[in-house]
Amino acid sequence: MRTYEVAFIAAPTLTAEELDAFIAQMQTVIEGKNGRVVKVDNWGKKSLAYKIKRFRDGYYVILTIEADGPIITELERRFRVADHVIRFLSVRIDEDLKRSEKMKAVRQRKSDSRPVPPLALQAEDFEGEPPAAPLA
Amino acid sequence: MAAPKRFSVKRKRVCKFCAEKISYIDFKDGKMLSHFIPERGKILPRRISGVCSVHQRQLSEAIKRARHMAILPFVAD
Repeated sequence: MRTYEVAFIAAPTLTAEELDAFIAQMQTVIEGKNGRVVKVDNWGKKSLAYKIKRFRDGYYVILTIEADGPIITELERRFRVADHVIRFLSVRIDEDLKRSEKMKAVRQRKSDSRPVPPLALQAEDFEGEPPAAPLA
Repeated sequence: MAAPKRFSVKRKRVCKFCAEKISYIDFKDGKMLSHFIPERGKILPRRISGVCSVHQRQLSEAIKRARHMAILPFVAD
């Protein structure tokens, strides 16, 4: 199983109910093939940066799913067939997330093993004149 | 004759993403990405933004994805 982020833009001519129905339909497709929908992120209607099929805005929906290649192929086929989907993009994110976690762990280890900086360090941090030593 | 003394301000180049410890640049975050596209909508080169090579690669990929999803423009006027 791999984690994917499947984003699509639906035409603004759709009603909210129709959009919900379409999202639900996609969910059943995913679950019917043993995939798992982790998150459904509906951004609502947003204006596009440029016109797509003469539309100036569209509904943005991002599905985070755990699935395999064939499920993505099927989803993309459905997006192509559906007239009201004007743009879609699927990105595999599990490897990036894994790397991100690893980096975080490495940083954590580094910051744990680093000793607490001694007070003398502060003089170096100070730009320009070092603070005058207190008069004895 | 000695050349006039040039005052070059040496600024420390710090990659924004390294400083903020971001290890995955998300294409959905249009607001953050828009800092790296000048008016024309091009991708800001590394020599100007100071982003490290690892993050510049991720950044350009994210910007291209964002363009595809009409989050960012291909050309802005």
